[in-house]
This record gives sequence, C-alpha cells and structure tokens, in this order.
Amino acid sequence: MTPFIGYFMLGSAFLIIVSMAMMLTRLIGGPTLYDRLLAVNSFGTKTVLFLCVFCFIIGRPDGVDIAMLYALMNFIATIAVLKFFNYRALNVTLMVNDESER
Amino acid sequence: MTLFAAAEPVFAVPVLLLDISLMALLVVVAFAIVRMRSLFAVVMLQGVYSLVCAAWFVSLDAVDVAFTEAAVGAGVSTVLMLSAMLLADRKSTPVPMNRQLGAFIVVCLAGAAMLWAVGDMPAFGDANSPANSYVGTDYLAKTAEEVQIPNVVTAVLGSYRGYDTFGEVVVIFAAGLGVLLLLGLNGNAGRWVARPNGQVVNDRSAPSAAYAKDNRSEDKKKSGEAET
Repeated sequence: MTPFIGYFMLGSAFLIIVSMAMMLTRLIGGPTLYDRLLAVNSFGTKTVLFLCVFCFIIGRPDGVDIAMLYALMNFIATIAVLKFFNYRALNVTLMVNDESER
Repeated sequence: MTLFAAAEPVFAVPVLLLDISLMALLVVVAFAIVRMRSLFAVVMLQGVYSLVCAAWFVSLDAVDVAFTEAAVGAGVSTVLMLSAMLLADRKSTPVPMNRQLGAFIVVCLAGAAMLWAVGDMPAFGDANSPANSYVGTDYLAKTAEEVQIPNVVTAVLGSYRGYDTFGEVVVIFAAGLGVLLLLGLNGNAGRWVARPNGQVVNDRSAPSAAYAKDNRSEDKKKSGEAET
C-alpha cells in the first residue's frame, strides 16, 4: 500500500499495454495463420494480466473475477479455431483416434 | 483497499493515460477490421476488439458489462463467426467505391446524430439528472426492505422489471434458435453446400466443400443411397 507499489503497478500496466500493441502488429501483419492464432492467444493472456493489475490500481479487486472469465473464454475460442482448421467443422469431438493419420 | 483513492489525485493522470492507450488500441483494431481481406483474421480481430473493450469497461467501473462483453464478445461470437465461415468464402472481395458511397453517407449521418445527442446528456455525476432523480432514488431506498437482495442492479432486473427481463430472455432464446437452425450446429455443420436455383454456389472456394464431399462419398459407400 505504499506509493512505490502503486508506481510499480502503473509501470507494469503500461508495459503490458506495450506488449499488447506488439501482439497486435503480429496479428495484423502476420503472414501465416498460426502467427495470428498465437498472437490472439497471447493477446488474451495479456488482457488477463492487464485486468489483474488494473483492477487493483483503480481499487476494485473484484475485477479479478473477470480476468478468470477471460482466461476461460480465451481457451474456448482457441479450441474452436483449432477444430475449425483441423476438421473443417465444429461438431466433431476431440476424442477421435482414427482421425490422427489425417 | 483502494490504493489510489480521492486522497491521492496524483494518480488520476496515469490512469487516464492507461485509458487513452486502450482507446488507441481500439481504434487500431477497428481500422484493421475494416481494411483486412482475410476473413479469419477479421474474426480474430473481432475477438481482440471485445477483449480490449471489456478492459475499457472495467476502467469505466462497469464490471458487469465487462463480464457480459467478455463472455459474449470474445467467446461465443468468435465461435459463431467461425461456424459462419464454414458456409462462406475465406477472403472478402473489395466493394467498388460507388457502392460504398451510400453506406458512407449513412454512417456520417448517424455519427452526426450521436454527436448532436451528446449535447443533451446531463453532466457526469449530476444529482438532478433523470437517472438520479425520479424512480432511481426509490430503487436505492427501498430495495433493502422490498426485495432483500444486496445488489440493486440485480433487484431491478429480476424483480422491479421482471417482465421486461423475461421478454428479453424470450427474444434471445428465439434468436439463438434461429442461429442454430441457420448454421446447423446440431450435427450437419459443413455437410451441405448452398444451392439456389439448383446451382452449386461456392463449391470450390468454400472451405466446407472438401469436407462435405468426403462425407457424402463416405455416406454413399455406407448406405448405397443416392445423395439427396
């Protein structure tokens, strides 16, 4: 609760935003699909970190709940994208063994 | 609990700078969504837009709105857009300039109307604003006795405006049913090809076409029936 901790958290929030901008450049200009996929996943993680820091900065620690929801949603979106590009469909289960030689 | 309460206004400016950088990220993402031609990248960028938007809502102290934005915008709508891409092409073709003109005029008019409406808004934290003067004070005063729910927003949505919320739930349920029927998430996603007037559209270019052909040939081998 000292001002040093406050400045430290502000600085880390700014650094997280800078890294979000770097992820955004890779997402926009990324030549292949997998660059973009990794950039989106990493951007979601950066958002979770930013929310954790930011809700303590503005004095609302209950924002950590939203950060947890973000982490779960990020996982769902990544799974959907990977299924889309492996199977060209979203209705396949992930437990299929005979699809592995594709 | 609060690190930077009103006693320390020194920290108001850095928080404002954080907000401004978030808004700058939003602007960059919005322009990228408009300009990009790869639809997969656009879907990904829409998810990123929702993520940044929800962080911005948290900074505006609207934690519940940010919760909804994270769940719907970043999670569900990404999956919905991907399942729409199963039925469509993967690249968008540029629209000629003369067809963009009408949309440009409509957007300019809508933006001007919004800016004009901002002038009628009450000042931030105005005690005499409509939201703070009529029924809102009653909600704040009587929720504790009448509804006995500690969260006033939940009390208003669930009790005072319960029929309104019920209608919204019905509308959302109907919309979800319509989307499920259109996209076919119940087991036939990617298995059919659109055929207006008997002509196969996008048979080559649609990403679902190869998968659909594989499935149809397998089905024929299994059952020996002609495809429908």
